[in-house]
Amino acid sequence: MKTIIKIAWRNVWRNKLRSLTVIFSMVLGLWSGLFAVSMMLGLNEQRMDSAINSYLSHIQVHHPSFTENLDLEHTIVDYDSLQKFLKKQEGIKYFSSRTIVSAMASTAHGSAGVRLIGINPDAEKKITNVHQSMVKGSYFNSIKSKPAIIGEKLAEKLKLDVKKKIYLTFVDKDGNQQRLKLKVEGFFKTASSLFDRTNIYMKQKDLQKVLDNSAAIHELGIICEDLATVNNMTALINNKSSENKAESWGQIAPELGFAQEMMGSIIYIFMGIILIALSFGIINTMLMAVLERKKELGMLMSVGLNKRKVFLMVVLETIFISLVAAPLGIILSYLFISHFGTHGIDLSAVSEGLEELGIGTRVYTTLSFANYISISILTLVVTFLSSLIPARRALKLNPAEAVRAL
Amino acid sequence: MNVIETNKLAKTYQQGEVQVNALNDVSINFKQGEFTAIVGPSGSGKTTFLNAIGGLDIPDSGKVIINSTDITQLKSNQLIDFRLRNIGFVFQAYNLIPVLTAKENVEFIMLMQGDSVKERKSRAEELLHAVGLSQQMDRRPGQLSGGQQQRVAVARALASKPQFVLADEPTANLDSSSTANLLDIMYELNQNENMTFIFSTHDQRVIDRAKRIITLEDGKVISDKNP
Repeated sequence: MKTIIKIAWRNVWRNKLRSLTVIFSMVLGLWSGLFAVSMMLGLNEQRMDSAINSYLSHIQVHHPSFTENLDLEHTIVDYDSLQKFLKKQEGIKYFSSRTIVSAMASTAHGSAGVRLIGINPDAEKKITNVHQSMVKGSYFNSIKSKPAIIGEKLAEKLKLDVKKKIYLTFVDKDGNQQRLKLKVEGFFKTASSLFDRTNIYMKQKDLQKVLDNSAAIHELGIICEDLATVNNMTALINNKSSENKAESWGQIAPELGFAQEMMGSIIYIFMGIILIALSFGIINTMLMAVLERKKELGMLMSVGLNKRKVFLMVVLETIFISLVAAPLGIILSYLFISHFGTHGIDLSAVSEGLEELGIGTRVYTTLSFANYISISILTLVVTFLSSLIPARRALKLNPAEAVRAL
Repeated sequence: MNVIETNKLAKTYQQGEVQVNALNDVSINFKQGEFTAIVGPSGSGKTTFLNAIGGLDIPDSGKVIINSTDITQLKSNQLIDFRLRNIGFVFQAYNLIPVLTAKENVEFIMLMQGDSVKERKSRAEELLHAVGLSQQMDRRPGQLSGGQQQRVAVARALASKPQFVLADEPTANLDSSSTANLLDIMYELNQNENMTFIFSTHDQRVIDRAKRIITLEDGKVISDKNP
């Protein structure tokens, strides 16, 4: 066996140029495939993170009918006991309540339909990152009377500036139109331009006062200690507070959850296609190597190398090529993915399109350790399967042909 | 005692649309210690005969009995094993394993037989010394001359201590001095160790040294002489 391994290894380097070409193409294929996949995963993760961090949070709790038509009367049922439960529950990191009104915002320059969100600024800081997304003005600390912060895109549309007034109208629970005047304290800019165009934050207390209901809470945003426990935690809350409806981020924004699930399979489909393409190159090269050594293989059979060993030798030669190429490809991919995972890739040239999709302009590549391992195994499996064709061809050689050919 | 017995060997090839009778009822026996040259024009059946007695090719009819075993009845893997243990081959184009050194090439056969490292090493060195290649043991075939490569091939053929050595035109690619040198080595092994050699050849220098000369023509034995 040792000698078969030795012969197979040396055979790989008999035609250096040919072996190096196959190795190079495998390295390039693995690198480009893994890098492209890591970019896709990075984009998706960023889209998910940005949605979770800018508004969604991990879990949201509403009155079961609230999300259908944002009816002001559909407030969270028995908020106090739910709040007590969440405070005690292990695995819940932070939570914050919101009061939400569907309103029409208007200035002298135009109007727009918006969602007016009443928040507790300090509690909200722990749940979302809007306070870190301020591009102008400040986050609820300079204006005392009815401050508001609005999305930059909305500000552009309504030609608003900081410290200017914005008027909001909405219909209260009695069917009367209410008018509310807020002073703009700052602009925020999240990764999603749609979100920035349609949302206005104000202090929850101010909004509750206007609604004349100090207990008006329509939404509860929750952050868990661990993303993996979100589904269990959602079920637990639903169990505890059956009058309300808790939904995970994946349920609230199914397109995000679906994309996340898809990504798990896409990496294997994508890499599978690349590896199948590479396998044709491997089969071709190894078939050439076998046919070129027809005489030598025939001679080996005639002097006593049995068919099992001839087969093994060709399989080993093929596997050795991938044992050289796969680690190189994986290491190269790891270096690139780590580098761009830390520094990011600047996509500002296409920033507008990405913002529409809720993705930032800098993408951070990412690939899990498990992915590296499974791709390495997949590469070896594909190489092994590719080696079977040339190895089978070698078996068909007749030792007499080699002698007769002399 | 006969080492090899052949009984009415026949083999027909289809060459394009023409049927070639490569062997036509050939019955030849070989005794231990013979130094035999099989001669005849191209297409006379020399190589086909060697392939048949070497178990590389199965005849259409007839028997090849070596050590009381009819090798025409053996299965493919049994034949490979039989060749390994009983027959040494020397080919016209040397056919060494290019990625192994001279010593590793000789050891290779013994390795297949399952000999120990120590045994392999000492026999390979002994054989390479016998063929005059003590200084070139660690060179690969590409670093050796044609004559040296053929001497390694002879050492390899003898490594498994075979019953006999089949050499198909072993001197065809060698110059005069290499041929003389190789023949000396084989002749000495024949004389000293009673090793049986069967050559197919056109080379008069080989024929001159042979103790028995069999002439084939159109797949038939024309003459069988002991000069």
